Amino acid sequence: MAQVLHGRGPVTATANKSRKKRPFLLDLYSTAVGKKYAMAITGIGLMGFVLFHMIGNLKMYFGAADLDHYAEFLKKLLYPLAPKGAVLWILRGGLIAMAFIHIHAAVSLTRLNRTARPVRYQSERDYQVANFASRSMRWTGVTVFLFLVWHLLDLTFGVTNTVGADGEFIRANVYDNVVRSLDRWPVAAFYILANIALGIHLFHGAWSLFQSMGWNNPRFNKWRQAFATGFATVVVVGNVSFPIAVLAGVVGG
Amino acid sequence: MSNHLKDITLKIWRQSGPNDGGHFETYKVDEISDEASFLEMLDYLNERLINEGNEAIVFDHDCREGICGTCSLMINGQAHGPERATATCQLHMRKFKSGDSITIEPWRAKAFPIVKDLMVDRSAFDRIIESGGFITSPTGGAPDANLIPIPKPVADAAMDSAECIGCGACVAACPNGAANLFTSAKIAHLNLLPQGQAERYKRVEAMVETMDEYFGSCTNHGECEAACPKEISIDVIALANADYRKAKVKNRKQLARN
Ligand code: HEM
Ligand code: FES
Repeated sequence: MAQVLHGRGPVTATANKSRKKRPFLLDLYSTAVGKKYAMAITGIGLMGFVLFHMIGNLKMYFGAADLDHYAEFLKKLLYPLAPKGAVLWILRGGLIAMAFIHIHAAVSLTRLNRTARPVRYQSERDYQVANFASRSMRWTGVTVFLFLVWHLLDLTFGVTNTVGADGEFIRANVYDNVVRSLDRWPVAAFYILANIALGIHLFHGAWSLFQSMGWNNPRFNKWRQAFATGFATVVVVGNVSFPIAVLAGVVGG
Repeated sequence: MSNHLKDITLKIWRQSGPNDGGHFETYKVDEISDEASFLEMLDYLNERLINEGNEAIVFDHDCREGICGTCSLMINGQAHGPERATATCQLHMRKFKSGDSITIEPWRAKAFPIVKDLMVDRSAFDRIIESGGFITSPTGGAPDANLIPIPKPVADAAMDSAECIGCGACVAACPNGAANLFTSAKIAHLNLLPQGQAERYKRVEAMVETMDEYFGSCTNHGECEAACPKEISIDVIALANADYRKAKVKNRKQLARN
């Protein structure tokens, strides 16, 4: 067992705030384990989004009418029960909130981890099982985020994707916009790179979330990494097929 | 017949006290038996340093049979050195070759300040244990064996967690400086057994939150499990994570009753 040494200052804690009374969820979120629950739950939500986003986009293989109709359908979710676009905006709000919480937890835990080892090892570490994916979560995450910003500017707001000299962008013409965007090879390359980063993030993240949530059982433990690998593969292969199909002329040719 | 290793170069971290910057110092060991343990090799070097009028290298050790958790050392970038499931005191020189260069560093974490050279203060672990790593029910004299029947798989799982010797290799090996394996092993050990049930949820909340004050956060790299001299599985971390969530809800309800 560890020894107690006298005659020196006490070992100082990295957290110097005393625990004060807060609303339940905030109290939970104030601990590192609580932040990991938040990362896992928001991660699952974002995983759901990227999966359905990819599946929805497969419509581009059926042609312009299908994809544009699908975009229109998203706007009309639950219409006429709810006004046009209302449900879509609720979903978007949820996504923004989840992304915000996920990133907030990632940043604050990364800072906690830095303070937990202020003096790094001075000789080279010889890692045994930590892999490239687990060690690059912050980089792959940031890559995905930067891509997301670009992606919205490009295909939602049309800032970087205009038609002709008059700078027009017709948002409802989803199919044309996608084809025009991905036909530019640097855009296609960035698109592919960001999706590979997403795949690497999920290769670790979709496994890691089980541990964070405490979902551990000898009956399914061996399936957890297989699930993460499979999920990441499906999303990346689907997404990466789009720029390749556009460049090859299969879509929009 | 024992063989001898020749020309071992040691790069060892020397630091005169908690506030010193510290540096690596290089030493040569010309010849050492491959039957020597790693710590005996350091003893041998220290004897020479003392005979030459130099200060001995300070390192932690006690039982030297792999059960007390006092020995430490980051050896060539691995906590407790290259042999799996082995504490430094049980590591032998036959794991190395003649001409090898071996780098030795202390554990590094904010909660494990360096006392001198390779010795660190691990009392942050004691803070975690004090907050909940015990049971308080009066147990009287030694009870009869099997007085409380415990299913064999449960007893085995508790025993696997109880193997933790508190050496701190998990923290040292963790890229985040997290102590989840240690804390969770202690939690799992008591939370799995009937004797630990009364204080189960109070324990988890207190221990996890005390851990939070000193250590980093787990990102499930698995380095701790690989470094653990007792091969404690990261399954215990999942168990503690699940229990912490239940504890927060249950303790809140309990408090509301008062
Ligand atoms: C700016 C964007 C992002 C950043 C900075 C980021 C960062 C991180 C970090 C640091 C972790 C913790 C690593 C670990 O515990 O192993 C993590 C976990 C995770 N991330 Fe992200 N991420 C981002 C975006 C995303 C997106 C878009 C998704 C889903 C499509 C996602 C899904 C996950 C999942 C499922 C986990 C595992 C949660 C857990 O271990 O409990 N992340 N992320
Ligand atoms: S000295 Fe006791 S475990 Fe190594």
